[in-house]
Amino acid sequence: MDKKERLEIPRQKMPEQDPKERIENMKEVPYGYTEEMAVTEAKRCIQCGKNAPCIKNCPVSIDIPSVMAFVAEGDFENAYKKIKENNLLPGICGRVCPQQEQCQSECTVGKLKKNKECAVGIGNIERFLADWARTNNKEIIVPAEKKNGWKVAVIGSGPAGLTVAGELARKGTEVHVFEALHTPGGVLVYGIPEFRLPQEIIDSEIANLKALGVKIHCNRIVGQSITMHEMLDEYDSIFIGSGAGLPIFMNIPGENSLGVYSANEYLTRINLMKAYKKQSQTPIYTPESLAVIGGGNVAMDSARTALRLGVSDVKLVYRRSEAEMPARAEEREHAKEEGVKFDLLTDIKEILKDEKGWVTGIKVVDMELGEPDEYGRRKPVEIKGSDRIIDVKSVIIAIGNRPNPLVKKSFPEIETNEKAGIKTDPETLETSIKGVFAGGDIVLGAATVIKAMEHGKRAAKYIDEYLHSL
Amino acid sequence: MYVRNEILKKEQLAPSIFRFVLREPVIANHRKPGQFVIVRTSEEGERVPLTIVDSNKSEGSITLIVQAVGSTTQEMSNFEVGQGFHDVAGPLGNPVEIEKFGTVLCIAGGLGIAPLYPIMKALKKRGNKIVTILGARNKDLIILRDEAESISDRMIITTDDGSEGMKGLVTEAAELVITNEKINKAVIIGPPIMMKFSVDVTKKHGVPSIVSLNPIMVDGTGMCGGCRVTVGGETKFACVDGPEFDGDLVDFNELLQRSGMYREKEKEASLKKNHVCRLSNVTGEK
Repeated sequence: MDKKERLEIPRQKMPEQDPKERIENMKEVPYGYTEEMAVTEAKRCIQCGKNAPCIKNCPVSIDIPSVMAFVAEGDFENAYKKIKENNLLPGICGRVCPQQEQCQSECTVGKLKKNKECAVGIGNIERFLADWARTNNKEIIVPAEKKNGWKVAVIGSGPAGLTVAGELARKGTEVHVFEALHTPGGVLVYGIPEFRLPQEIIDSEIANLKALGVKIHCNRIVGQSITMHEMLDEYDSIFIGSGAGLPIFMNIPGENSLGVYSANEYLTRINLMKAYKKQSQTPIYTPESLAVIGGGNVAMDSARTALRLGVSDVKLVYRRSEAEMPARAEEREHAKEEGVKFDLLTDIKEILKDEKGWVTGIKVVDMELGEPDEYGRRKPVEIKGSDRIIDVKSVIIAIGNRPNPLVKKSFPEIETNEKAGIKTDPETLETSIKGVFAGGDIVLGAATVIKAMEHGKRAAKYIDEYLHSL
Repeated sequence: MYVRNEILKKEQLAPSIFRFVLREPVIANHRKPGQFVIVRTSEEGERVPLTIVDSNKSEGSITLIVQAVGSTTQEMSNFEVGQGFHDVAGPLGNPVEIEKFGTVLCIAGGLGIAPLYPIMKALKKRGNKIVTILGARNKDLIILRDEAESISDRMIITTDDGSEGMKGLVTEAAELVITNEKINKAVIIGPPIMMKFSVDVTKKHGVPSIVSLNPIMVDGTGMCGGCRVTVGGETKFACVDGPEFDGDLVDFNELLQRSGMYREKEKEASLKKNHVCRLSNVTGEK
């Protein structure tokens, strides 16, 4: 097949559950490619050559052209092997990576077509391969041939921690992961909803890590159950990946009213504690109307989750316009299709409540976009006298998170950055304490899963170097 | 066979109140008075915060007290020696700051003696004089009486119905104690409504107080913010900023409202499992 023929193949659209149906269940929205679709889509890759912008724009540098070549030939096993060389959690990444901004952003096919939407569906293929391997028992687990004698502790079992753990275990290092909650996965489990990232996928990727020899200790809160000093005595190196688990509130009147949740609490009750299941003992408040405050992926997740729990009127209140929203395009589209109403250029001033403390509405003002701020995003400015009230019975605050304070609290000598996260060398991710590394949201503030994984991968490399210097 | 979080001892202290000693060496080695654990009974179970009442480092055990009031605590009370709870996470929260205050008035309402007892023990060890008011609705619901008595310089028992000790509320006893004796500090633990009125008494007499709060909580590590309380006009998370706070500064009305958020749902859950009754306002459950 020549280049011209390849360019004529239409982009394979991901089949999805109908919006009307899917808001009645928690099942995944996309069904995933069929084998035929995956092969056809992979054939769209023109193997553009050495420059391979996809590899350059992949935070973990997967050899994407080789993967595409294998898939185009129907050799899924070797394609999957190729991915796993660089990425130990492809089932997760294929679902939650912002591919449009990464591997697919500079894809030559998209450029030739003058439409980014026409880039090769790399994310969809990655997801297909991971699902194919999982359902056909073709998982590739190559434990290290022998132990190298080093012992590393990883704090937190989110995307950063799991990546470090897997990478080091592959090299024969004994890795112990400490997780504060009762289930490993961190934000993948408590934050990202089932309909975006099914628990089954996380369980299977974690099982693969365990098969590599990674030991996971749940219900252990570092800084409380074990001190950092005890860990320094017991382990050759430590990686801190404790995440951005401290929700930001707005400090507006009425914020502690009944029916106001942080997105973390709302999603944790539903995802981790399974409040959507009948047999779950964890309660959740589901009135007929609700407002989500914020414009990121977590806001979209909260709004879409609320719909699935039977809240009929879900509004998303965001103080800028849609163009400035940090949420992935796909999430915004899905939210709109499902019936989330966007109340844009609107800022919340107060949460109103009745005499028993329950939310009755929110007081908001209209905004307009002013001068760009330091990041180039146009700053929202209040339009005087535009106060209005939106009637809602519940409010979910999804305006971000700060780094979790527990590790720092028990280990005050470690230096922090301007975001109250842990300060690291920008390249090696080593903290101010020798042999202690950190990565993911505890360093970045609230970012993305793949950025955390990239940190994990990089930290693993430098931890390994550090171990060899001992 | 190794049983995770194995129950070494179980003892019934009162109708529907049980004391469990669990093998939990890591927590036993690290816990300090004022801290709590989060327990789950099953894979689908909710996370229930419970104060660590005591610990034994050499045995590697911790002691918890559970009152069977909701569906999960009811389930917990059915566990027997040799079995283990599904999950025990901790210790969580900050240890209470133990200083030499002088004379400390310790006021416990109902099951509040469970979280108060380890603090009393630490205060006593630090050389404080301990005056205790142990309040319960009736004689049968008084727990940890001997334990409390052994570390108290003086102890007053109050019951609502007069079946034991003084008939009346802990606030009346507190009023009596404070007007007759110089009290340097009060530690008050019990149902939110009892803490609210007790703080009214101590505040009126200028006695500084510590209270231990028990808001609704999910993770216990600062992640969800469900346990937020207003203290001195600022929002605090009971799990990572507390659970102990300056009683004078706590907005108890808000705490009372927030504690009742799922009351109807809890009742439903209890009824579903045919529970006979739901004793109100329990405090061992944070």
